[in-house]
Amino acid sequence: MKRLLLIAAALFLAATPVAAQEPPPTPDRPLADAAQEARAQALFDDIRCVVCQHEAIADSPAGLAADVRALVREQIAAGRSDQQVRDDLVRRYGDFVLFTPPLRGGTWLLWFGPLAVLLAAGGGLWLSARRRSVVAEPLSAAEEADLAQILADQAVRPDPDAKPSDD
Amino acid sequence: MTVELGAFALILALALATLQTGMAVAGRLRRSPVLAGAAEGAAWACAAAVALAFAALIQAFAASDFSVANVAANSHTDKPMLYKVAAAWGSHEGSLVLWCLVLTGFGALLTRARGLPFGLKTSAVATQGLLGVMFLAFAVFTSNPFERLDPAPFQGNSLNPLLQDPALAFHPPFLYAGYVGLSVCFSLAVAALIEGRANSSFWPAWGRWVRPWALASWAFLTVGITLGAFWAYYELGWGGWWFWDPVENASFMPWLAGAALLHSAVVTERRGALAGWTTFLALLAFTFSMLGAFLVRSGVLTSVHAFAVDPERGLMLLAILGATSGAAFALFAWRAPQLKGGGMFAPVSREGALVLNNVFLTAACATVLLGTLYPLILEAANGATISVGPPYFALTFVPLMAAACLIVPAGPLLAWKRGDLKGVGQRLALAAGLAILIALAGWMAFDPRKALSGAGIGLGAWLILGALAEVAERLRLFRVPLAECLRRARGLPLGAWGTTLAHAGLGVFVLGAVVETGYRVEAARPIAPGQTIEAGKWAVRLDSVGVVEGPNYLAEQGKLTVTLRDGGSPKTVTAERRFFPTGGQTTTEVGLDFRGLDDVYVVLGERGQTAEGAPAWNVRVWWNPWARLIFLGPAIMALGGLLSLLDRRLRLGVNRKPAA
Repeated sequence: MKRLLLIAAALFLAATPVAAQEPPPTPDRPLADAAQEARAQALFDDIRCVVCQHEAIADSPAGLAADVRALVREQIAAGRSDQQVRDDLVRRYGDFVLFTPPLRGGTWLLWFGPLAVLLAAGGGLWLSARRRSVVAEPLSAAEEADLAQILADQAVRPDPDAKPSDD
Repeated sequence: MTVELGAFALILALALATLQTGMAVAGRLRRSPVLAGAAEGAAWACAAAVALAFAALIQAFAASDFSVANVAANSHTDKPMLYKVAAAWGSHEGSLVLWCLVLTGFGALLTRARGLPFGLKTSAVATQGLLGVMFLAFAVFTSNPFERLDPAPFQGNSLNPLLQDPALAFHPPFLYAGYVGLSVCFSLAVAALIEGRANSSFWPAWGRWVRPWALASWAFLTVGITLGAFWAYYELGWGGWWFWDPVENASFMPWLAGAALLHSAVVTERRGALAGWTTFLALLAFTFSMLGAFLVRSGVLTSVHAFAVDPERGLMLLAILGATSGAAFALFAWRAPQLKGGGMFAPVSREGALVLNNVFLTAACATVLLGTLYPLILEAANGATISVGPPYFALTFVPLMAAACLIVPAGPLLAWKRGDLKGVGQRLALAAGLAILIALAGWMAFDPRKALSGAGIGLGAWLILGALAEVAERLRLFRVPLAECLRRARGLPLGAWGTTLAHAGLGVFVLGAVVETGYRVEAARPIAPGQTIEAGKWAVRLDSVGVVEGPNYLAEQGKLTVTLRDGGSPKTVTAERRFFPTGGQTTTEVGLDFRGLDDVYVVLGERGQTAEGAPAWNVRVWWNPWARLIFLGPAIMALGGLLSLLDRRLRLGVNRKPAA
């Protein structure tokens, strides 16, 4: 077993530099211009590695991610704007390639849903609180006593109202 | 033999859960304490049976019994014992048994909750039993972990090496304790909808009954999620800790709903208000748990964490989710309008602040839900594929939570019913002033200057200082003699300390997350031994690379020295690339150098060549400033939850005379 392991290891260690079948991934060569490289890095975080699970090309070790990184750097070096780089990628791979979903017909709910929920939840709770503050009365003496008893006497006791509540 | 015993115990548990449900329903309808008591006994027996099944499964894994299909698929004789045992919950089948164990275990504990009225308790036991029936049936009929293989293989397939990690060995038990602990809140909510009265004395008591379960689950979830994030941080080797991956989101939604529930239950307990809303959140929180289980196990999502993917089982889970949550929400729609809670309050009050907290948390939760499910819905609707990733959540979730964080310090200082905003403002003026100064200092101290990061640092400081201001206020610090302060500190209920800690922990987390995200520095290039790579103020030299042999892997191990750029304060770290021959997989073992609050994070990549053709290794280095706080913050939050849980006001029945 141990020998098998060692053979496997030897194969693994020997194989890595040349990577038998697959072509070696494009090496990462940072752009000489620091500002351009920073733009490229920022873009890497927003571009999905389309063959991976849920990884940005900034993180992925996959060959395709390396190729796309090289492509992005190439385009930035050629003077393309960030938006042009994105548009070009979307043309190649579809909206899927960007981690920022586009804002258009089918995605307005995605982008504005949170705001809608915020307004709905806020409005609903506000209204119900207002209604309550108008309608509700303070606890009656009997209810206060009842409350005090429930909180104080924490023992199992027979249910006071026999029928399931229909009040 | 133990395997058959385990299989039998699982089936027995299903029978006992059925019995529990039946007897509890009958006991409730006939108002028979004997039947209800028997149902409670069945709940304990059921939990014991699942525990037995789980023990048998662990035993099979520990003994590497490859005649069990699940063991053969997920274990290997070369694995260290910890991972053999952890593999018991590393697969779909095994983790489902763990799920059932938590479900029935909490169900058994529920029968011990003292002070619950007969009807409410029996209905809750029945509901919990019904949940047990569904999940146990799911386990027994579709995911039996005890299935035998004939002939038994000589060796197993081993557990995914990425999962062979201490943080991940303990991540699922905590996560499940949280996920499934919420089932008790669910059952109590269903029971309240059945039994509840528009009686203003009922809801405060109910709020008190449901709160410990919500607290415990939330604290467990906090620990579980943090362990998972920590695992992703140092095991995936990407330098990040949260990717807004669908599976991460799936665990985050119950956490957010649970946090909202905790706060809204306080209002229900103290003031009898928001009864319907609290009930709704209790139903929602466990619904998100089940949704998470469905998303993770069905394979509808692509995720780095997806495991045990099987569409057919996914369909079954969807059916369980639809049946339980559908029925519960239908019950809610029918009954909630009849259940007026009492308690009026002015908009500016403790209740008002907690309502606002709930609005933001709910909206944040909805955002995560939208971001997670929208790609699925859109693809199903018109075939369009989109990706929803970090930039989306940065624009939607983060502002919502930032707004929620802004109001946190004010909440505990506001009085119930009608708060005095001016007074609270005065008490928080010092904290606010300091937070603004810290924001400015943070903005100036880090390079490059980023306004948003400065604001984020101020927000974190605001949370911490606000929590401190609240304690100072309660102790009347600097206004009464120190001895009096100490006396007050001793008299302060644990729950108050818990609140303070949890809010301060949130601030610690915000500080860490903001600084790490805003100012992490990354560098990567191939370097030969002896060469150096620089990231920010740190320089990392590759000293040597050798081959080492682990119990079930072989590794290229790099020794690297981390120093300041001028060569000061050197420290050695080791980073590995591990090769697991059993699965043919390679994993990275990150070299982490803890520098105060910062991490210097080193990943040894593939072997390549330098420009001159010498052998070199692709080394990636991150300088992650304040990264320690990201994991420390949630730990403090969980500790706060634990403290609150120990508060004797929440320990039902304790200190009270047993009933005559």
